[in-house]
Amino acid sequence: MLKRLFALTSILLAFALLAAACGDDDDEETVSSPAPAAEESEEEMAEPEEEMAETEEEHSDDDHSDHDHEDEDHSDHEDEATEEMMDLPTVGLVYDIGGRGDQSFNDSAAAGIERAAAELGIEFTEASPEPDGSNREEIMQLAASEHDIVVGVGFLYESAAATVGPENPGTMFGVVDSGMLDFSADPPAPYADNIAGLVFAEHEGSFLVGAAAALKTKTGTIGFIGGVQNVGGLIERFEAGYNAGARAVNPDIEIIGDYVTQAPDMDGFNSPDRGKEIALAMYEEGADIIYHAAGGTGAGLFQAAQEQTEATGSKVWAIGVDSDQYLTADPGVREFILTSMLKRVDSSIFEMIKSVIEGTMVPGPTAYDLSVDGVGYSRSGGYVDDIVDQLEDFRAKIISGEIVVPNEP
Amino acid sequence: MNERLTRRLILAAAAPVSALCIAVALSAIVLLIAGSNPITAYLDMLEHGSKLETQVDILNRATPLYLAGVAVAIGFKMNLFNIGVEGQYLLAFIVAAHLGAQVELPQVLHIAYVLVVAMVIGGAFAGVAGVLKVTRGVNEVISTIMLNAVVISGLAAWWIVEWQAGGEISATGGRVGTEPIDESRLMPDINSWLEFFTREVGFGKELTGMLIVAVVVGVFYHVLLTRTVLGFDLRSSGANQHASHVGGVSPKRMIVIAIVLSGVVAGLVGMPELMDSGYYPSNPVSGLGFLGIAVALLGRNHPAGVAVAAVIFSFLDVSSGILQVTGAASREIVEIMKGVIIVTAVIAYEVVRRIRERDEAAAAAAAMTNPKVPSDNPPTAAEVSV
Repeated sequence: MLKRLFALTSILLAFALLAAACGDDDDEETVSSPAPAAEESEEEMAEPEEEMAETEEEHSDDDHSDHDHEDEDHSDHEDEATEEMMDLPTVGLVYDIGGRGDQSFNDSAAAGIERAAAELGIEFTEASPEPDGSNREEIMQLAASEHDIVVGVGFLYESAAATVGPENPGTMFGVVDSGMLDFSADPPAPYADNIAGLVFAEHEGSFLVGAAAALKTKTGTIGFIGGVQNVGGLIERFEAGYNAGARAVNPDIEIIGDYVTQAPDMDGFNSPDRGKEIALAMYEEGADIIYHAAGGTGAGLFQAAQEQTEATGSKVWAIGVDSDQYLTADPGVREFILTSMLKRVDSSIFEMIKSVIEGTMVPGPTAYDLSVDGVGYSRSGGYVDDIVDQLEDFRAKIISGEIVVPNEP
Repeated sequence: MNERLTRRLILAAAAPVSALCIAVALSAIVLLIAGSNPITAYLDMLEHGSKLETQVDILNRATPLYLAGVAVAIGFKMNLFNIGVEGQYLLAFIVAAHLGAQVELPQVLHIAYVLVVAMVIGGAFAGVAGVLKVTRGVNEVISTIMLNAVVISGLAAWWIVEWQAGGEISATGGRVGTEPIDESRLMPDINSWLEFFTREVGFGKELTGMLIVAVVVGVFYHVLLTRTVLGFDLRSSGANQHASHVGGVSPKRMIVIAIVLSGVVAGLVGMPELMDSGYYPSNPVSGLGFLGIAVALLGRNHPAGVAVAAVIFSFLDVSSGILQVTGAASREIVEIMKGVIIVTAVIAYEVVRRIRERDEAAAAAAAMTNPKVPSDNPPTAAEVSV
């Protein structure tokens, strides 16, 4: 019996050794593979011309020892395959949690990359992080090893890009909603030469829809629903601009403001049920127009507007955000969307990709404000057509600097 | 007798191996239905997982998962369902980050100080649920869920505003968080340990030093359970409170001790992130406490089993990125695989348990009808210990 036990143990041991041996193989493979990958991405940007020069040399310069060339041809084989694609860069788009289908922020980014694919002819892949946001850095790195341009959708990619960017100098990075400035440096400087930040003057766009709300209200009371408070003052910017716009029209207007959640609880960007409750309460308090800066939560606001109108018979309105929500929201609630504050994530991404192709990408923040149509308001539905003149007037004043919109409450 | 031994060994391995095979097969069907090629997807996952950098990612993700799994497992041993690991680790995380930034100690002392603060906070907060249970009979499932809410939408949300750092991570930088602890006082990465055996780790990946702490916690958990009086009391009280009570073990005392120990380990779950970044951000990695429940379940509350479960989950999580980037499959397949693995593992363990019971019953019956057999062939020491 002991003998058999011994036999069994020895078999197990043999297996263990085998497994260990296999493991070693794996290690050896990995020793060689990542290094060329890194070099590849570094060289990719610069090498096409060199290669051309090289081939010319090959034809004209017979004195050259063929030996060298053979060696090079061997090692460069893989590179050539990838370089044929290099005329047009490929793009890896990494979404914020949730990915496509939020009718708002991520979808706007998707529209931008699709436009770039259609008009510039680039190819792209998409990826979203785990729901807990634990692997942003990983997917950014993965995208960087496969692509020439990586765009992170959302300021939560800032620290990931700050780490991954310098590790992949051959790849260009763009992060939406972050200036990508290192504030620990004095004066603040871009994290790296290959990282651009795409920021928006949300307060300016919000100013215009705030003015629209004040011009359109019949009760003299309007509302604001923010998704999450205290995420770097991001949503507070919307509120500040909205309030300023409304008060510019009517200094005595009453504005009810509320946030769905507070950081670190990020549910406020995706809680239509809670958004609906808050909106109904605001309508009950007398608000007849409510603006939301709360991503997916906005769907609840639109439902509330529909329900309130049907229940009381007097029409109340909602104002959308980021995309033209008259076009993206559920068809049944569209007639309640007065206008939307447009944040042109799509055009910022398109412009960023274009700037890389043209070699004009600027590291650090690029601001998309009213003057470049980075933000604005939508007119779908025609509900604001009667006040367009006043809104355009405000718009011109903001662009000229006559009105300075505050970006914090 | 030898047949029985091999049968037992096969049975022990059968559950996890068959669970894994079934999970892989079922996921392949899902992949096919979704229009992806399962073979490409699996090959992508394996190829990606064989890279050293990915392995660092896997270990970094597995470390907090393992700690969360052990925290839940300690509760399970005493028949306590600690759903509050989530709240316990987030609370310990933010308090340790804040208090850690208030003092300046030499590196080793500072690390120890931060870890102790986290463990004390985690343990104390879990203790609330324990005290509620033994004094007021509040079910720990209810109380820990409530306490989670207290932390996530209450204390953490309030303190992140109170303890908000100015300067380099202020609102203008787009990042919010507590005052950062200076990097020279944080636990260093242990890349050099890994590189000693392999090669240089690329892409700026850093293997968290908390891995060592997690291993120590695992060893401690094993020794506590199997080599100490307290561990014996915990297990016996968990198996049968009343019988154990008659034997002189107060179930109330054991409940409080178990849930506090669970909270102490839970307090460490947020430490890998803190030791990496140095501050509590407005969006810390969340959900680890709930994942810990699944990890403990899959690992059968065994220190080594939980480690394997943590690595499997971590491997799947890390694979979600490569599947999307290569376009082999969407990331949801990873969630499906996790779910399928848990369900099949639970079923497989149950099937094996029944086979074992049947074997034992058969052996007992054989012994009854033919009482001479056991004395003819007494078991050797080696066999008994298996």
